[in-house]
Amino acid sequence: MRMEHWFYEIPLRVRSLFRRTRVEQELDEELQYHLERKTEEFLAKGLTPDDARKAALRAMDGLTQCKEECRESRGVHFIENAVQDVRYGLRVLRKSPGFTAVAVLTLALGIGANAVVFGILNGLILHPLNVPRSESLYSIERPGTFGEYQSYPDYVDLRDRNRSFDGLIAYSISEVGLDTGNNPVRAWLYDVSTNYFDELGLQPYLGRFFHAYDEHGPNSAPYIVLTHAYWHSHFQDDRGVVGRVVNLNKHPFTIVGVAPPEFRGTLLFFNPDFFVPLVNRTQVEPALSLGGRGERWIFTVLGHLKPGIAPAQAVADLNSIGSYLEQNYPKDDGQMTFSLSRPGFSGDTVGRPIREFVTGLMLLAGLILLAACANLGSLFAARAADRAREVALRLALGASRNRILRTLFTEAILISLMGGAVGLLFSVMLLGRLNVWQPLARFPMHVPVNPDANVYAVALALAVVSGLLFGIVPVRQVLRTDPYQIVKSGSRSSGTPGRRITVRDLLLVVQVAICAVLVMSSLVAVRGLARSLDSRFGFEPRNAMLVQAYLHMAGYSDDSVPAVQKRLLDAVQSVPGVSSAALVDNPPLVEGWNAAMVFSDRTTDLRPANAAVTAIRYRISPEYLPAAETTLLTGRNFSPHDDKGAPRVAVVNREFARKVFGSVTAAAGRYFKMGDGTAVQVVGIAEDGKYTTNIAEAPQSALFLPILQWPTIETWLVVRSGSDPQALAPAIRSRLHDVDAGLPVFLETWKKGMDGALFTSRVATVSLGVLGAIGAMLSITGIFGMAAYSVSKRMRELGIRMALGAQRKEVLRAALGRAIQLLALGSAAGLALGMLAGRVLAGIVYQATPRDPLILAGAVLAMSLLGLLATWIPAQRALSLDPVMLLREE
Amino acid sequence: MSRPSDLVQGTLDLLLLKILALEPLNGWAISQRLKQVSGDVLQVSDGSLYPALHKLEQQGWISAEWKASENNRRAKFYSLTRLGRGQLEKEAANWARLSDAITHVVRLEEA
Repeated sequence: MRMEHWFYEIPLRVRSLFRRTRVEQELDEELQYHLERKTEEFLAKGLTPDDARKAALRAMDGLTQCKEECRESRGVHFIENAVQDVRYGLRVLRKSPGFTAVAVLTLALGIGANAVVFGILNGLILHPLNVPRSESLYSIERPGTFGEYQSYPDYVDLRDRNRSFDGLIAYSISEVGLDTGNNPVRAWLYDVSTNYFDELGLQPYLGRFFHAYDEHGPNSAPYIVLTHAYWHSHFQDDRGVVGRVVNLNKHPFTIVGVAPPEFRGTLLFFNPDFFVPLVNRTQVEPALSLGGRGERWIFTVLGHLKPGIAPAQAVADLNSIGSYLEQNYPKDDGQMTFSLSRPGFSGDTVGRPIREFVTGLMLLAGLILLAACANLGSLFAARAADRAREVALRLALGASRNRILRTLFTEAILISLMGGAVGLLFSVMLLGRLNVWQPLARFPMHVPVNPDANVYAVALALAVVSGLLFGIVPVRQVLRTDPYQIVKSGSRSSGTPGRRITVRDLLLVVQVAICAVLVMSSLVAVRGLARSLDSRFGFEPRNAMLVQAYLHMAGYSDDSVPAVQKRLLDAVQSVPGVSSAALVDNPPLVEGWNAAMVFSDRTTDLRPANAAVTAIRYRISPEYLPAAETTLLTGRNFSPHDDKGAPRVAVVNREFARKVFGSVTAAAGRYFKMGDGTAVQVVGIAEDGKYTTNIAEAPQSALFLPILQWPTIETWLVVRSGSDPQALAPAIRSRLHDVDAGLPVFLETWKKGMDGALFTSRVATVSLGVLGAIGAMLSITGIFGMAAYSVSKRMRELGIRMALGAQRKEVLRAALGRAIQLLALGSAAGLALGMLAGRVLAGIVYQATPRDPLILAGAVLAMSLLGLLATWIPAQRALSLDPVMLLREE
Repeated sequence: MSRPSDLVQGTLDLLLLKILALEPLNGWAISQRLKQVSGDVLQVSDGSLYPALHKLEQQGWISAEWKASENNRRAKFYSLTRLGRGQLEKEAANWARLSDAITHVVRLEEA
């Protein structure tokens, strides 16, 4: 029945809408026919033709009214009116292009900022991984210093003993030398458990994947699955690549397949070049062993929860396995409690701050939009006041208040849609750029933020909502309009009289307060970054070059390592311009770090729970401390004689000395134990520094050991020169080439290498800075609008005052006093709020504190400058009034 | 605004549907027929007739086509649709129920 109803109705409505002239004609003809017959009837009754016609019209209660009622009963009235309103709105907006441009731009800024931030939120947080059933995918994390890291034996136990997951997969990240016939090139790979692709539910694009049945113990599955992107860029889409044998770190591997193009790994921002089975890990990264239960190098363990299993149940299940592990392997497995986190980031340790930061940005962007709406709301209110006469006239001519409000709302929505379109265009461009952005040279890092339907929908919704929001401001004004009063007096003073606090004033204060918060937070961020850049790192990154030598990629192993390290060091030291050079296994603040548990000398039970401290561990050559310019506070540096035959010695940092021995003076000459029971004597104490990859880290214990006593294949050279180290790069490269032409090396200045460590605070600073700038612009337009409006409203009064001999100061006070008062009020409120908001910032931006007097002064100065800037033009206009002209005109 | 005051709300639709159920008619003829069948008791003003017709057409209960009228001029003729026939039965039944009830009430003997 309902369907049938529509079947009749829709064609008629469509007809009424699009064939309007035709329908109108028919309506006219139908009624005319009736009128003629009626007239004939009256004629027959003996009326004159003229009277008959009039009587017929009267019988119909007016032809126009009848037509209007017919139109209304056709139900297209609403749409027709809307079309009319849109046309009218466009005409009005075209008539005031300045107003339109300012309004559209303001909104474009607000909506654009929101769309960009939402695009990031959408890409990074709302839908995480591009795999089937990603909603039931969880990664397992051990709360504590090691985050998600697990050892291989623990992974196998978790995988085989749990009853909550469909299957657990594990992966880690490595850098290898890929040799396809020429010299090896560096490439990034995921070492993955062989069930990786099957558990994720993926199908190969080409060839096959490797499966659980392919592995039979260590190094039994020398297979490679390429990512589609790497296959495209390095194998030129060659379908014959399947079955080809290539060398990874001099070990032969067979390429078995290519992953589908949309799959780019299980880390959102880190896309590997290919995948290799985890059991072949030691060929990829010889420094690690598969069997060590205490060696936690598996980056992430994750899997699909079984249907019907809640995360809490899974955690309980995992914890029971954990206590089993604690009991059976007390030496390696300390506290084994687990938690689940969403995959995509490396666990909550990294994921949570990112999520919090993006959410915080979203909040600030929302504030910007709110400020923009407040801004436009007061503009609209001002316009509505100016148009009081027009409104009054329309009311007097019989327009309903509803209809007038609808017209105003249509204008607001039109502006917001235009603003939304411009903002969206800008944000799509920016997101597109962000999507292909490679912020760090070393890593295949990537920000996956392609704008999708969600982004468009949100932008549209924001546009409409903000249109309604600022459109609603003048409603009360219109509803209260008394057409009789206004038309009679002809005055423009329909607005509220001078002294009362109006909605407009309130909006301006709110807006200025919001902008002050934004300006302040961007100042906090910028100042924090500036400070972090010239703070002490515990080493001097300027004028230093880092050379990473990938010995394992060139086939070196245990015995041959120290000799080649010596040759490399000698080669670099002989480059003219190099003042010093040193070996280190992994320089601080660049690419991860090594940690070691340290026990007090008296401890005999060396289980993790008894550790005195977990220290960042560096294995260095004697030249390192001077070359890195790390200051030795007391004691001695290593010498070449601290080798395998000599007693074990260490240099520790101040934090280490304080934690383990109580103080720097107490530490000198004392002993501590390493995890394997070796007793080590502290011979020197160095200054504290920054070590991990986060510049905002809390003080960490650090431990330096002679590389000759603790050999490692991980090889970096720190090369210090008197001037720009980049200039030495070609010479260093060629010397290293002379040592071993097949050895891949990566050169980068230490400053550049720290990009990764500074990345988060830089991103935070830039985004907060941009939001602050937008906030500043909005407050300028807002104050300007208010000041300009108040000057133009009081033009006549000012003219009279001037004619009566008012001084410039008094004129200015009359014209702009209110605006300045509101500005001051808003700024004060904003600064107070900013102090509170700044606490949140302090967690993200290094050394950011809003209590910094410099920041407070800066914010006050910035707001006053903005106020000055925004009131300058209206002030000039007020001062240049010519009272004679003005009074004559009126 | 031009609703006939002495016509119970909604009954105009019923009247129009009933008249059109007999034969397709144009607007003028409908107004004549109304007067004629009700013996001038039911006065439907011309101003409310046409909006009502357009509404019925919009509902799909009647359909319109242009034909030559009785005096050989072009006029818009309305006829009942299948849907309209159903609606007529429903409204007629409603009306019967309502008028029965009202009659019943009106005829109550005063005690």
